[in-house]
Amino acid sequence: MATASKAVTDSRANLPFVYRHYSAEQLREVLHKMYLIRRFEEGAEECYTRGLIHGTMHLSIGQEASAMGICMPLAEDDQITSTHRGHGHCIAKGAEVKRMFAEFFGKTTGYCKGRGGSMHIADVGKGNLGANGIVGGGIPIAVGAALSSKMMKTGKVVVSFFGDGANNEGAFHEALNMAAVWKLPVIFVCENNGYGMSTSTARSTAVKNIAERAAAYSMPGVIVNGNIFSEVAEASHQAIARARAGEGPTLIESKTYRHRGHSKSDRNRYRTKEEIEDWMSNRDPITLFESELREFGFIDDKGIEAIRDAVAQEIAEGIEFAKASPSPDISETGNYVYTEQA
Amino acid sequence: MDAMVRELSYAQAIQEAMAIAMDMDERVFLMGEDIGVYGGAFQVTGDLVERYGADRVIDTPISELGGAGVAVGAALTGMRPIFEFQFSDFATLAMEQIVNQAAKMRFMLGGEVSVPVVMRFPAGSGTGAAAQHSQSLEAWLGHVPGLKVIQPATPYDAKGMLLAAVADPDPVMIFEHKLLYKMKGPVPEGYYTVPIGKADIRREGRDLTIVATSIMVQKALDAAAALESEGIDVEVVDLRTIRPMDKQTVIDSVKKTSRLMCVYEAVKTLGIGAEVSAMIAESEAFDYLDAPIVRLGGAETPIPYNPDLEKATVPQIPDIITAARDLVKGVR
Ligand SMILES: Cc1ncc(C[n+]2csc(CCOP(=O)(O)OP(=O)(O)O)c2C)c(N)n1
Ligand SMILES: [Mg+2]
Repeated sequence: MATASKAVTDSRANLPFVYRHYSAEQLREVLHKMYLIRRFEEGAEECYTRGLIHGTMHLSIGQEASAMGICMPLAEDDQITSTHRGHGHCIAKGAEVKRMFAEFFGKTTGYCKGRGGSMHIADVGKGNLGANGIVGGGIPIAVGAALSSKMMKTGKVVVSFFGDGANNEGAFHEALNMAAVWKLPVIFVCENNGYGMSTSTARSTAVKNIAERAAAYSMPGVIVNGNIFSEVAEASHQAIARARAGEGPTLIESKTYRHRGHSKSDRNRYRTKEEIEDWMSNRDPITLFESELREFGFIDDKGIEAIRDAVAQEIAEGIEFAKASPSPDISETGNYVYTEQA
Repeated sequence: MDAMVRELSYAQAIQEAMAIAMDMDERVFLMGEDIGVYGGAFQVTGDLVERYGADRVIDTPISELGGAGVAVGAALTGMRPIFEFQFSDFATLAMEQIVNQAAKMRFMLGGEVSVPVVMRFPAGSGTGAAAQHSQSLEAWLGHVPGLKVIQPATPYDAKGMLLAAVADPDPVMIFEHKLLYKMKGPVPEGYYTVPIGKADIRREGRDLTIVATSIMVQKALDAAAALESEGIDVEVVDLRTIRPMDKQTVIDSVKKTSRLMCVYEAVKTLGIGAEVSAMIAESEAFDYLDAPIVRLGGAETPIPYNPDLEKATVPQIPDIITAARDLVKGVR
């Protein structure tokens, strides 16, 4: 993305990196997108409750700064692999919410033409190679995409999002090792929200910080507060620069929290109400970013109001678009299993 | 001495079997993802962790290959683990330990060891969970000598076959259709076993044998009930075990009815239907056939997310009725 002019940079000399590096407009767009992620998921949740969407879904409410902080410094043709909790990544990488809603409604206008649903949401055109139903499944795939980038000299950087739970899969370890050995332009982003389903990292993971695992694969391991946009974006920016310079991968651990249950059937018996309440009221990423923007003079109440209104309208239109879209025909069940030959 | 019989769900029946197994034998323990305080993704382990403690109801990290391997190692050295996969689809991550290790260990070591591990796999489509959480992979494991592979279709069998699996000295893989978990049926209290390797004639009939597995057994029974009013008398054989297969029960049934249809949810080709059909073609029952064998299986596609497409990819009751009617009436 574009860089701010030198004059602007000087006047913000004491502010955190992103406020020096990006324009006010770009930063307001980040807030817009964070709201879009939040409201999209709230909208999807409501549609699910009303029986308009079937299956299940994994909401990333509370993790918006992490998705936005990582994706904002990426170029449009950089690529990501995402997870079962991937709505935020998808929007952050540039997806349109109406086509996401359409996918959730199982419609032909959805990103996967109704075949994938929430857990396989993707937007290949914007570089999102897809969410994944298999924990850890996307990590080696990101390394493969980075290998393509290197072999084809496209200059693309690839981000692999995954959760704290995924770092105990063999795929994580095998993938990090290869990425390091071959110095590939890939960034491993562990969104540590404290739990893999019901299992806390303390009960599942031998190291205290997942970033420590980077040492085993000779790459930098960076810990950021995943609820503070500016911290995440700065780490992403640096990892991208390293990847583009051919210096190899980085492991970023973004410490965050999911406000909702693991999926639609979670009774939250493994954590306390107080813990959830604390994260929701004291460390909400949107609230934190909004107040920073306000404090540093990048936005005022009117500006915030305008963003909220625009988002509300986009969500309402998206749901209408999904409802009005056609369902795939039963006769098309066999489509896309193999590549159609002309 | 008649044990009290109650109505239990399929999930409750499995849970009760695991509790009985743990009560009877302190070597029995449970491993799996989120089977403790969460109660398992399908609430099958439920509150067992409160009754048996976290040392016997062990939450593993999300590490299917490692977890399955640990279960195999523990079984090899004297313990009796019951390992729960959160979804049967994740067997793909643990194939190495299941196929190369558990299945072959006794053979490779000339009978010096055995691997009495039980693995449970919630399987099948119908929940809107899309392509990576809806598969029916039982035939994959059924292809491997050294494994026993079962698919109980009722709460009664789910309990009895799990207890038989725990008592079995060899690795037993149990495929449990997710849509069966809420199915209710009579289950006796206390210990009993249902033998592995024995099919069950769930309905007797003269005109047609339907060999069905798992959730398709109930669908076949429903179809049979509907066909009765048309004067078509269907015999429904619940295969129950796919390895080792109870050939004789199927052969005898086909000799009686002279027609065979196989109904299963897994992808139609290269699977259970092919095996049952070939087995009949190789047997003395072949000469008794009055019509070509019919297979009704899943479409040749991954399971789609869209609910209408999802339904269309696996056999439904009307499909069974139509196919059975055509078969008996000689329509091709
Ligand atoms: C290989 C595999 N094992 C288990 C699951 C079931 N499952 C889905 S998400 C999840 C928890 C993942 O935890 P984490 O990686 O921390 O991501 P989070 O859900 O917290 O975003 C589990 C166990 C799965 N989908 N794939
Ligand atoms: Mg997590």
